[in-house]
Amino acid sequence: MHKRVTYSSVWLPYLLVLPQVAITLVFFIWPAGQALYQSVLRQDAFGLRTEFVGLENFIDLFQSDRYLDVFLNTILFSAATTFSAMGFALLLAVMADRVIKGASVYKTLLIWPYAVAPAIAGVLMWFLFNPTIGFAAWALGGVGVEWNHYTNGTQAFILVVIAAAWKQVSYNFVFFLAGLQAIPRSLIEAAAIDGAGPGKRFWTIIFPLLSPTTFFLLVVNVVYSFFETFGIIHATTEGGPGGATEILVYKVYKDGFVGLDLGGSAAQSVVLMAIVIALTVIQFRYVERKVQY
Amino acid sequence: MVENNRMLTFVSHLVLVLGLLTVALPLWIAFVASTHGQADLIAGRIPILPGAHFMENWGTAVTSGLKRAGGVPVGLMLFNSLVMAIGIAVGKIAISIISAYAIVYFRFPFRMAIFWMIFLTLMLPVEVRILPTFEVAANLDLLDSYTGLTVPLIASATATFLFRQFFLTVPDELTEAARMDGAGPLKFFKDILLPLSWTNIAALFVILFIYGWNQYLWPLLITTDENYYTIVMGIQRMVTVSDEEPRWGIVMATAMLAMIPPVLVVIVMQRLFVKGLVEQEK
Repeated sequence: MHKRVTYSSVWLPYLLVLPQVAITLVFFIWPAGQALYQSVLRQDAFGLRTEFVGLENFIDLFQSDRYLDVFLNTILFSAATTFSAMGFALLLAVMADRVIKGASVYKTLLIWPYAVAPAIAGVLMWFLFNPTIGFAAWALGGVGVEWNHYTNGTQAFILVVIAAAWKQVSYNFVFFLAGLQAIPRSLIEAAAIDGAGPGKRFWTIIFPLLSPTTFFLLVVNVVYSFFETFGIIHATTEGGPGGATEILVYKVYKDGFVGLDLGGSAAQSVVLMAIVIALTVIQFRYVERKVQY
Repeated sequence: MVENNRMLTFVSHLVLVLGLLTVALPLWIAFVASTHGQADLIAGRIPILPGAHFMENWGTAVTSGLKRAGGVPVGLMLFNSLVMAIGIAVGKIAISIISAYAIVYFRFPFRMAIFWMIFLTLMLPVEVRILPTFEVAANLDLLDSYTGLTVPLIASATATFLFRQFFLTVPDELTEAARMDGAGPLKFFKDILLPLSWTNIAALFVILFIYGWNQYLWPLLITTDENYYTIVMGIQRMVTVSDEEPRWGIVMATAMLAMIPPVLVVIVMQRLFVKGLVEQEK
């Protein structure tokens, strides 16, 4: 789509795009290029000599059990976060769509966690589940679960999933509710006249019609859990105990900034870049489909 | 709804209220903790109602902070966060609206190349280029400065797309009429396009303010001087003290202070917020 009426000037358009282009080149394209470049180099222990090693950094990476563990951890973390955040949000959105009175009040009361930073969400849960003074840990103790995320890796993992999902519920809720409200009432009424109960209507009509929203949210949630949850991990578990909550973005930070392994960290960056690119492509293909839909 | 089934309606409300309470529980517990002294908290009694130390904890947090965490007053961190959030939101909107204007209203060599280059930033979040971006910022002498906290983050593909999308819906007749009346490209932008974009700008501002306020990794990399800490990253130092129990009352007061500004923005500007959220994803 293009404008029929345009202005012509030799220098003005360049001047207008200059700030954006300059920042993009200096802080995005150049560093990304550097990451690509460094991922095929290796420095010796003293940082004196640098040599070209081809794909060796990548081969090392994928032959390292630790990296594969972290990769698997990230996939589990992402799946658990996405599933819980979307499931909970869908349940609430369906209920809010059903009630005639108060839907907007519920919306206002559910929307605010979106504004809470992931790191702060992590800190809130870290306290809520604190083994000695946390309310949730105390309640769990009441039903016989001994909660201690300082020593129990599985529990620490569940904790960061809860923190990540808690924050994302409101976002999913907004989109699910909008999707539900866009479904024509006549379809649902027709099904009801044919004798379909609420459960059957949901699974045979509402849920399939909601699939564009669901798919879109799936991608957004996966991207969120892969890339925006660094703060949760860093502010609370710091990858522990025993690496149980280490995820890819945390490892790339730790290896690069704390471990100072330039080549290895750059190779991890490149892997992450490939993941974002793949996810973005999926998202945009879907957006094109939505336009035709 | 189709059936007028009281039981179903009741269940719906029940599920919603339980959901609300679950979502609000961490906030309530944080608030309660922020009103209790350290002695009450570590004694192992789990308070579920507010105590008497509200002023003390919140006061300590705002004015002096925690000694062990570098003693940065939360007041200063709040100010830094505000500068960062507003700087990022305004910066992103400003540079995106003018580049979208250039891309839509002018024909010039490399126009599409520039468009795709801006698009590329979408695929390169800070998280995937941590070290080299830090090096660039260090070489440009941007560490420990407000410029360093904001400028590297203000390139925005989504904002540019949003404005481009909007400009494409503005009727050509307006441009023709303006031209007929002798308005040049800058006058047309300032007097016609900018006023028309006002709601879009406001909706985007809400989303970007929250984005900027909630930044964590970037301020963590770029600041070593405590005077430039933002509240969202600064809280980490209060929580991860190694050999003793954190001062939970003050930590939770800080956590509340860190979320009040963005949460207020979302609640007060709910309509704009939802509009911004939905449009950003188009």
